[in-house]
Amino acid sequence: MHTKQNIQTLSGTSNKKSVILEIKDLRKSFGDNHVLNGFNLELFEGENLVIMGKSGSGKSVMIKCLVGLLQADSGTIKIMDHEINTLNQTDLDTLRTEIGFLFQGSALYDSMTVRENLEFPLRRHKSKLGNAANIDELIKEALENVGLLHAIDLMPAELSGGMKRRIALARTLILKPKIILYDEPTSGLDPITSKEIIELMRNVQKQYKTSSLIITHDVDCARVVSERIILLVDGINYAEGTFNELATSKDAQVKAFFK
Amino acid sequence: MSSSSGLKSFFVEIGELTLFASRFFKEVFSRPFEVKELLKQCYHIGNRSILLVAVTGFIIGLVMTIQTRPTLEGFGAESWMPSMVSLSIIREIGPVIIALTFAGRIASGIGAELGSMRVTEQIDAMEVSGTNPFKFLVVTRIVAATLMLPLLVLLGDAIALLGSYIVENIKGEVSFVLYFNKVIKVLEFSDLLPATIKTFFFGFAIALVGCFKGYTCKKGTVGVGAAANSAVVFSSMLLFVIDFIAVFVTDIFFDL
Repeated sequence: MHTKQNIQTLSGTSNKKSVILEIKDLRKSFGDNHVLNGFNLELFEGENLVIMGKSGSGKSVMIKCLVGLLQADSGTIKIMDHEINTLNQTDLDTLRTEIGFLFQGSALYDSMTVRENLEFPLRRHKSKLGNAANIDELIKEALENVGLLHAIDLMPAELSGGMKRRIALARTLILKPKIILYDEPTSGLDPITSKEIIELMRNVQKQYKTSSLIITHDVDCARVVSERIILLVDGINYAEGTFNELATSKDAQVKAFFK
Repeated sequence: MSSSSGLKSFFVEIGELTLFASRFFKEVFSRPFEVKELLKQCYHIGNRSILLVAVTGFIIGLVMTIQTRPTLEGFGAESWMPSMVSLSIIREIGPVIIALTFAGRIASGIGAELGSMRVTEQIDAMEVSGTNPFKFLVVTRIVAATLMLPLLVLLGDAIALLGSYIVENIKGEVSFVLYFNKVIKVLEFSDLLPATIKTFFFGFAIALVGCFKGYTCKKGTVGVGAAANSAVVFSSMLLFVIDFIAVFVTDIFFDL
């Protein structure tokens, strides 16, 4: 088992930017299965941080703890200076408008059209967008940004996997979040569609100036989008660095990911 | 060993269902109210069940009258047909049979819908977007089913009586006015009121179990199928328990 002392830090990261999201000593267990064993993370403003780890290493559990979908056993999660464990439901919902979450399976609402899917996050948070917000214009703008304006009246069942992922990203962007959490954004997609999604993620970051936390085990995705990578093994940060630093590492566990 | 663990899991499930129901009562009166979604669910649950209820009710009326007529004829008591059939349908057969068909359609539908939303992370997506999924999905469906089932049962009862009248008209040449005069004469407030009140509980129980099974569905498509299936079985059983309690209470207050 790896402890905090033997975490292998391969590069120093600039601390000049302000920290927008911070996780300290996060622990989560399901019965005897200890998934997170003191995970730490700092996401800087405007940064693309990739978390890699094999299946079952706790990546999705960690990201769900971040938005309050799961309650951590211990540790602190601070998002834009708000410690999420101390927030009441109203404040948590307000904070969630600053965080976009792209689910692994897109999670579009099956019973709603694309337009209704995009309208849904606006129901309770119209005030965030100011009184000038014309919902129809916002929806069209978000769909244009992902290149799918023509799909506005389709049902999710009529969309391909790649289109669903793009619409889910548009739904995530509609409240103009400061942080976007991507849970396996390219899983289940063919290589060409994966590249399109990766390109889209880069464009989103440029256009919306978001900070992104990307969970993936797609090495190509990590290479293109990451500014920094954290390797999650046995519930702790096993290694940290840029893509090139980790790809050239001599450590067997790190090498296994970048073969 | 296995029977004791089965019993334990049964009581655990009852406990979880009770907690789920108490959460419903806590959330149903708190703002914001999802009125638009409630009306949509009333349409889905109520309006779209009308044909099913109408056909079921009509067949109940036909079959009951055809089956009972020979027995009453044996005693020369066929003039009692409208009274007997109407009392049976209004008090017991109508509410229970219609509620059972409603459970088959609604509990399984809700169980499968919410179950698939759970396993495809749509419920999580709703929560992350700042909407309370329990209020939006569960509260609206339970309230809609509780309000719609009594109306459907009243409709089904009326159509069942119409079916009964058609048989009486063909076999006994009884006129529409005579048949329904006899029905109205025999029916009392104490027949209609308890029977209608219990259908509110039937509707509540059916949707509660459907929502509970779907909302707490375990991962995977197998879980969705199991949620839909057990929602029907559990809610049908619960209907008979509620029916027993309702008859027991009615007997105390109205002296059946």
